Amino acid sequence: MTAVALAGVTKVFNAGRADEVTALTGVDLTVGRGEFVSLIGPSGCGKSTLLRLVADLIQPTAGTVTVAGKPAKQARIDQEYGIAFQQAGLFDWRTVQRNVELPLELRGSSKAERRARAREMLDLVGLAEFAGHYPAQLSGGMQQRVAIARALAVHPPLLLMDEPFGALDEMTRERLQDELLRICARFGTSAVFVTHSIPEAVYLSDRVVVMSARPGRITEIVPVDLGERGEATRQSAGFFTGITKVRRALRGGPVPAEAQA
Amino acid sequence: MTQAVDPVVAADPTAPVLSARRRGGGLLAVVPPVLVGVAGLVAWELVVKVGRVAPYVLPAPSAIGEEFWATREVVWRTGLASGENALIGLLVGAVVGLLAAMVAARFRFLGEVSIPVAAAAGALPIIALAPILNNMFESTSNVPRRLVVAIVVFFPVFVNALRGLREVDPIHRDLMASYAARGWTVTRLVRLPAALPFVFTGLRQASSLAVIAAVVAEYFGGLQNGLGSRITSAAANTAYPRAWAFVVGACVLGLVFYLAALLLERLVMPWRRV
Repeated sequence: MTAVALAGVTKVFNAGRADEVTALTGVDLTVGRGEFVSLIGPSGCGKSTLLRLVADLIQPTAGTVTVAGKPAKQARIDQEYGIAFQQAGLFDWRTVQRNVELPLELRGSSKAERRARAREMLDLVGLAEFAGHYPAQLSGGMQQRVAIARALAVHPPLLLMDEPFGALDEMTRERLQDELLRICARFGTSAVFVTHSIPEAVYLSDRVVVMSARPGRITEIVPVDLGERGEATRQSAGFFTGITKVRRALRGGPVPAEAQA
Repeated sequence: MTQAVDPVVAADPTAPVLSARRRGGGLLAVVPPVLVGVAGLVAWELVVKVGRVAPYVLPAPSAIGEEFWATREVVWRTGLASGENALIGLLVGAVVGLLAAMVAARFRFLGEVSIPVAAAAGALPIIALAPILNNMFESTSNVPRRLVVAIVVFFPVFVNALRGLREVDPIHRDLMASYAARGWTVTRLVRLPAALPFVFTGLRQASSLAVIAAVVAEYFGGLQNGLGSRITSAAANTAYPRAWAFVVGACVLGLVFYLAALLLERLVMPWRRV
């Protein structure tokens, strides 16, 4: 079974009005179980729109979105995915622990279960000792890790991430990338990851989906095979080959000027 | 810049209050305003004494202080009476304001309609209604005063709360959608807590207004048990320092309400003290 399947997906915003925008057109994409797929492209290529369609935060104008074998809406209601954004979006008034507990709370888990699961997730992102802190007491990187812990709290089979490391410094970013891969490997989590960093896309992904703008569509899918990731991977020839391939695919699009963004 | 109103919070009620760092070490922050206050009092005393200002124009602070001390028991008793009216009116007005804001935030149409209506109500000189309200109830009733307070309090609480309830972080909205949470669940878990800083901004404004309204409402007759009625009767008897002594009492009462609101804010929102 596939984790995500999009067939003939088109998304038009403000249809029939003067400011009509075709954000996505004719998108077909499948993400396999346990697969890590990145979406990359210039701004306006619809990569975030694509992610939001999978999350059922918006609905397609045409085509179908299937998540975990069911329609996207049902998958959302069943909490088949966890989601994280560029901003951590933590709830200021809840402690770190209670932030992570929130999705479980809404699922109706018992208090003991919630507590145990939140502990486990915070352990995973290395923030167990900050469970009682409020988000305002944490650095940006730590907040983002809490957001990831929250996204993982229900042990979703699918993780959706919209530039989650975009606002972080390079060192934190690399550490969190490794953490993310470790977590996904451990739970067999599939992931759809939006980024505009070519090295990040290559390092994380099994496949990099290259998109172009106006109208947003998939122009190429670059498979990456780097095996087990580690410190050496970032220096390996395969890594750089992957980067070159993705860069070339981005340049090949009709808007080369923005492809480097 | 050290003052009672945190400038950051005043400018942006959602900004986190980083107390320890910004407040420059507790006690030290109190010194400048106290110094300014003392200097003001000394200047006032000098102007009155040196300038031979008639006491009916402006009594000296020392005279007011003496009178305040001499009548402290009456000030205390009348202060309690006015304070009770202010407190009951404040509670009623705040609860109604908050509930109304929750309903208005829940239904878009109501929210749009209610803002101009609330603005019109806020522009009404509610105090001017006091004599009319007085006539609706018995002369020994405290109800018209409490009603005036409640009406005055309603406006800032309602407007601030509504603003806070409507401003939901888009990410929080998406997150709650991804959790398939809707309606009152979102209100309870996201809207209300996110609105709290706004609600308390409204409450802080309302707390001072409540005391003003409670005292001024007494100017229009009825029971003679409060600070306002004592101020009018002392002034009518040309006992100006005594009138001022009750004004000081009203000022202290207003401060107590304001500080109580501030304290409550701290207790209810521990995450803003971090």
